[in-house]
Amino acid sequence: MDLTAFLKELCAAPGISGYEHSVRDLIRRAWEPLVSEVRVDPLGSLWATRHGSGKAPRPKIMLASHMDAIGLMVTQIAGDFLHVTSVGGIDARILPGQLVTVHGRSALPGVVAAPPAYLLPADAQEGVTPLTELIVDTGLPGDKLAEQVKVGDVVSFAAPARELQGGLLCAKSLDNRAAVAAVTRCLENLQGRTHVWDVVAVATTQEELGVIGARTSAFALRPDLAVAIDVTHGSGPAAKDLPDKTYPVGGGPTLTLGPNIHPALFAAFTALADRLEIPHTIEVTPQHSGTDAFGIQVAREGIPTMVIGLPLRNMHTPVEVVSPKDIERAGRLLAEFAAGLTADYMDTLKIDA
Amino acid sequence: MPTRPTRKPAPARRAAALAAPPDDLLSRLSNAVAVSGDEGAVRRLILEAIHGHVDEVKVDALGNVLALKRGTGRGGRVLVTAHMDEVGFMITGFDSDGALHFEPVGSPEERVLPGKPVLVGAQRLPGVIGAMPIHLLPADRRKTLLKASQMRIDIGADSEAAARRLVKLGDRAGFATEFAVLGPSIAGKALDDRLGCATLVELLRGRPYSFDLHAAFTVQEEVGMRGARVAAFAVDPQAAFILDCTPAYDLPHSDEERENTQYNSRLGLGPAIYVADRATISDQRLIAHLQRTADQAGLPYQWRQPGGGGTDAGAIHLAREGIPSVSVSVPGRYLHTPVSLARADDWRHTLQLMRAAFQAWTPGVLRRAGR
Repeated sequence: MDLTAFLKELCAAPGISGYEHSVRDLIRRAWEPLVSEVRVDPLGSLWATRHGSGKAPRPKIMLASHMDAIGLMVTQIAGDFLHVTSVGGIDARILPGQLVTVHGRSALPGVVAAPPAYLLPADAQEGVTPLTELIVDTGLPGDKLAEQVKVGDVVSFAAPARELQGGLLCAKSLDNRAAVAAVTRCLENLQGRTHVWDVVAVATTQEELGVIGARTSAFALRPDLAVAIDVTHGSGPAAKDLPDKTYPVGGGPTLTLGPNIHPALFAAFTALADRLEIPHTIEVTPQHSGTDAFGIQVAREGIPTMVIGLPLRNMHTPVEVVSPKDIERAGRLLAEFAAGLTADYMDTLKIDA
Repeated sequence: MPTRPTRKPAPARRAAALAAPPDDLLSRLSNAVAVSGDEGAVRRLILEAIHGHVDEVKVDALGNVLALKRGTGRGGRVLVTAHMDEVGFMITGFDSDGALHFEPVGSPEERVLPGKPVLVGAQRLPGVIGAMPIHLLPADRRKTLLKASQMRIDIGADSEAAARRLVKLGDRAGFATEFAVLGPSIAGKALDDRLGCATLVELLRGRPYSFDLHAAFTVQEEVGMRGARVAAFAVDPQAAFILDCTPAYDLPHSDEERENTQYNSRLGLGPAIYVADRATISDQRLIAHLQRTADQAGLPYQWRQPGGGGTDAGAIHLAREGIPSVSVSVPGRYLHTPVSLARADDWRHTLQLMRAAFQAWTPGVLRRAGR
């Protein structure tokens, strides 16, 4: 897999939360040759299982990366224009001037615009124009627009991917397609290697709406261990004054510590990364990790869960930036960890050291 | 740039070509970055596009492209202009982490800048104006607009030295939007005023008129109509037509009970003829000529609402002892943002109107009293 090409392909797919089919098809195509079986669960999450070499019933590790992306949804058709609401968390400040695709009967290109102040309600005339007052213009006159678009249609960002200096990649929806690529790399790395455990790669749905797909997938799969792979905040020009909440892009994946994470699993991952000399930083998440781990950890009787982060700049904008190197490293670390799991590993995993 | 050798005008294009202007040229003009004072990329495209269609062409001291298409009769000397420059940014400094400081050139809308891709320098280096993730943004800052001085361009360089190897102080940066056709509309950056440039190129590519058509593709309109001023002085025409792109604020009022009465111009209603803007009272004889031409040809047109704004006419009508001037614009939404949007038909009708007005032109137009 050419990582950058694969990322560009994944990021170009809309896959707005709850409407993941387009990106799921791409992931399925990439994962199918690397696994023993593939399934789609009732809420749309994709499961891809590599059977281990151990004696059945084998223990199982779940590698969860959400495939859904934030976006917009049409709330009203007003003449030549659309009003929209957000699907997932979006800062209204970044919206005016964005290229979008309206997924009506066909995919319609469009642009988000902020009307001039004198057309806005008095309380919206100053400062950031609220999302409710923004419009989407597809360039179609109202009659044609109404034939093509209905309330409830989703709208995705449309900015094309671009390569920056230092090998960095800039694209929309790298949250969380970067992590999907890391899991894909892990599956590739496991090709031709013996692993005792079953490894189940899961591309989850609706993470951005409250960790939906991960909960149901974790319940159904009942893994012994789980790792959520998600993006985290990368340090950079737009998030400079937050050294405790941002991590260097290109400095390796983050290994995350916090209440969503099993401490022994965290210790095992850091020890492995150290042993393999895989660059990494430690991330702390004092509360909700903001990842699928939040849902997985409390599935059924509880699942020891780990979080691996990929530092990314400008999260939830169409100009997210990652270092593909970090994705490679995360993929390798995941594969090494999965391949190293022994049949009796669960007996050794203790919450108190 | 040296004066180009002249060539015989190419055979006139068939009338059918009028119905389908060269979208490819407009697309290339829109995608080229030519921030005020650094118009080279568009200048090159225009010199190439008009080559062989004009009798004389030169690039003047400020960078204006001045071309002459000689007339066949005694129609006098008419100046037709479109500005090549666009709003954008200039790189003003470097952070130790490799991020670029920038200041606006012209008046790009500051509030649309966060989260946008840009192109930096002549080598079109991809960069982005980032934005603080909403997850990290304190609630009290979510309603506050950022100033350009608080934003940075990130090209991916990880140190000041790495950034300086690729970018020089004073390099320009522009929006990175690619031109696109959206049904009956066209979208891209800098349609203000690449639409005018494309129209003027087409007017030069056609059959000669009775008058000497002096075309000026001007520089620095967005920073005070500076190219137009010297172009008008140099050409010293008897009349001037300014081809620009004017804002269309034809959006609904948030209060459905209220009508939007300040739309300036509206998409789909044809070329917008200026009566008055902040800088210029249009010449009434030229207005009447355009109106008469449009009515006779059955072409749509609209009156740009009088009021603010301005075009190169502001400088041109004051050149020398004064030059009767009128502006005609294609209406465009969201000008000075990364994506402007116009109707292809408005552009076609603008070209048709100008061509018909030039074909009907006689010096007598200026002898008539105003309407």
